[in-house]
Amino acid sequence: MNELQLRNGTVFDPLNRISGERMDLAIRDGTIAEAVSSKAMVIDASGMIVMPGGVDIHSHIAGSKVNSGRILRPEDHEKDVEERTSITRAGVGYSIPSTFTTGYRYARMGYTSVVEPATPPLKTRHTHEELNQIPIIDKACFPLFGNNWFVMEYLKEGKLEECAAYIAWMLKATKGYAIKIVDPGGVEAWGWGRYLKRLDDEVPHFAITPREILRGLCKINKLLGMPHAIHVHTNNLGNPGNYLTTIETMDCVANLASSGKPIIHITHVQFTGLTGNSWLNVGSGAPEIADYVNKHDHVTVDPGQVIFGDTTTMTADGPFQFLLHKLSGNKWVNVDVEGETGAGIVPFRYRRSNYVNAVQWGIGLELMLLVKNPWKIYLTTDHPNGGPFTSYPKVVTWLMSKGARGRVLAKINKNARRRLDLPGIDREYTFEEVAIVTRAGTSKSLGLSQKGHLGIGADADVAVYNIDANSVDPSRDYEVVRKALAKAAYTIKNGKIVAKDGEVVATPIGTTYWVDPKVSNDLMQQTTTSLSAKFEDYYTVRMANYPVEESYLKSPTRIEVLAEV
Amino acid sequence: MKEIVLTVKKTLNVPVECSEISPSSLAGKTLDQIRAMEVWEGNRRNSLEDIFNIKEEDGITSEDHALRIVGDASIIRKIGYRMTGGSITIEGNAGMYLGEEMSGGSITVSGNAGAWLGSKMKGGTIEVKGNAGDFIGSSYRGSRKGMKGGTIIVHGNAGTEIGCWMRNGTIRIKGSSGIFPGMHMSNGTIYIEKDCSGRAGAQITGGKVIIGGYVPSILPSFNVEEVRERVKVGEEKITGPFYVFTGDLNEEGNGKLFINMAKNPHLKWCEEYLEL
Repeated sequence: MNELQLRNGTVFDPLNRISGERMDLAIRDGTIAEAVSSKAMVIDASGMIVMPGGVDIHSHIAGSKVNSGRILRPEDHEKDVEERTSITRAGVGYSIPSTFTTGYRYARMGYTSVVEPATPPLKTRHTHEELNQIPIIDKACFPLFGNNWFVMEYLKEGKLEECAAYIAWMLKATKGYAIKIVDPGGVEAWGWGRYLKRLDDEVPHFAITPREILRGLCKINKLLGMPHAIHVHTNNLGNPGNYLTTIETMDCVANLASSGKPIIHITHVQFTGLTGNSWLNVGSGAPEIADYVNKHDHVTVDPGQVIFGDTTTMTADGPFQFLLHKLSGNKWVNVDVEGETGAGIVPFRYRRSNYVNAVQWGIGLELMLLVKNPWKIYLTTDHPNGGPFTSYPKVVTWLMSKGARGRVLAKINKNARRRLDLPGIDREYTFEEVAIVTRAGTSKSLGLSQKGHLGIGADADVAVYNIDANSVDPSRDYEVVRKALAKAAYTIKNGKIVAKDGEVVATPIGTTYWVDPKVSNDLMQQTTTSLSAKFEDYYTVRMANYPVEESYLKSPTRIEVLAEV
Repeated sequence: MKEIVLTVKKTLNVPVECSEISPSSLAGKTLDQIRAMEVWEGNRRNSLEDIFNIKEEDGITSEDHALRIVGDASIIRKIGYRMTGGSITIEGNAGMYLGEEMSGGSITVSGNAGAWLGSKMKGGTIEVKGNAGDFIGSSYRGSRKGMKGGTIIVHGNAGTEIGCWMRNGTIRIKGSSGIFPGMHMSNGTIYIEKDCSGRAGAQITGGKVIIGGYVPSILPSFNVEEVRERVKVGEEKITGPFYVFTGDLNEEGNGKLFINMAKNPHLKWCEEYLEL
């Protein structure tokens, strides 16, 4: 029996409505227990903050594009090298760290679950190979469906149930967790040399619009009973004036909502919250978007916060990456994945002195601060698109301290500063709110009921930070907060101490969650028969060779959900 | 002032990484401290005295620290890494990454130097009496930040892609060079006194590449502009006459190629475009 007791910590566990109470925490055999025996190992957490382990909802940590990014950027490896220790492996990479290093760095910050939010279904075998290599943290990945030929065909023909069965088959085949939609229809259209700027533009050859794709997949998500909402990267990303597209995207599924449960998640809004009509007059659309989010319960968002400095942008949105390559003149990679999606990679440096970059930085923070309900917004940097995930502690200090963000504001482009609402926003996050946007809210959104809280029976994923909530004022002592968050005093994963004082002390392998929606046998049989013919027509791969076997995953956890069809 | 003399005391079989060896990093250290400094020999952590006999010698008049390396250092890498001043004299060959990121001082090599000589260099002078390898004054692989200042002089021949992503400074090769001199460069001067194997100035956006000898051909993405009698390299005026080409048009660049007319009679065809 493996027992552990955390004594006298100041606990923030928003899902169980515990906010800053001094209490003990008992852990037995990897889960939170009522009490432990006297033989339990005791950790004195007095003067420290105890939170559930962090849950990151959107971070590109594995898969073919991440690896292409590594190949593209030897200079990113050179500047960030970690030597091996007796426990950890050596690794490199600042914005795209190697697999092992990714796991270590998350664990050091007290994060214990991370989602890879975009994997081309055909290349998901590669994604799982990398997820298998990432130690400590629990993982999941979202396959891309927004430009999938079969999905577009089914939806155009109005075959919603067959499409649902197809997606159920694909989730099982790829061991995926949720439906990810990137630039619906837009990547396919760009393959034919066209840009989809509006939700009602038609995808060439498919005669379907992004609105129809979004609504169709949103209905399917509900039919399948998926734990997470549809995870959407909107059309028209990176173009001035696109905040209207973002609002339109959120609104286009509004009437599908029922029971107040979020049905759409809009990700990295910083890239899709631009006002204006050219790069010269872009501004922040965060107030308008936040206003919409505040008034509607069917939507959640994350900012994809920009961190000034060098990073690597990578997304399935090929058209946007082409634009970025043209704007920056930097080297790039572009990929077309047959019948499914595209992708692009461009190194990028966000500069404080650059007007547009400074506005982007402001949009993320404005959004975080203007969305009133912290359960509707999650902290991300869209790693590595806005900046590396290792910057989370810095972002938290910007949220918790007006002074901390004021220091950066003083150094950014002055025209951007003048245009942003950020200087006038006084809100400062509390530790409870930080716990919501970094773990409780994200795990709730992902439907991982055993994560993100410290109730009896929950997974014993715990982060202990060396911050005395009584004496430390995060508004003033933000440096203390930042340092403590960057190096957790203890990170506990499944009841085992994996990091201590910012050093990795054990490297267990975490699980990979995947969702298996059960649709009726008849429907599945009927769909797979027609699918097999489609595979012969469209793919270079036979249908039988397509699925990733469950045995291929080092430590899979299947989550079965009952579909309505 | 005293000079520190490092004599290679054994035959080295695996590369040694000596980013610690520079006058600035040895400054203020006692001889014992210097002997105990850490170097990597292959995958082993060794001390400096495992590789070198180290002693001090009198007779230096300069104010700055001076360092002399005697023996074959051809697989010792990163000598003079980030040096800011003083001097290094190498009596023998030097390995890769000599003078990487140096910002001041001077390095002299009596033998040959390896690849990435003066890579990412910001200032100071490097002089190599023998030949040097590829990527002289270039950036790290994948990076856009090449040499930014200073001077590199090679008396012998140089390898390929010298001055890759160069942003400023001067590279002067008294012998010949391999292909792609000045690849991606945006500013600065590369002067190859003898021949070049070709593809000079590929993707340059600025700066100048001067070739005093034979070059097989000019990339098609360059326009012939004029004939010039002389071209300046620092303070010195080099006499030609030279064909002047601008490009690389693929990058909408405004770099210049100066190609010696007399040594390249096969390029006479371009003169008919000069009349226009």
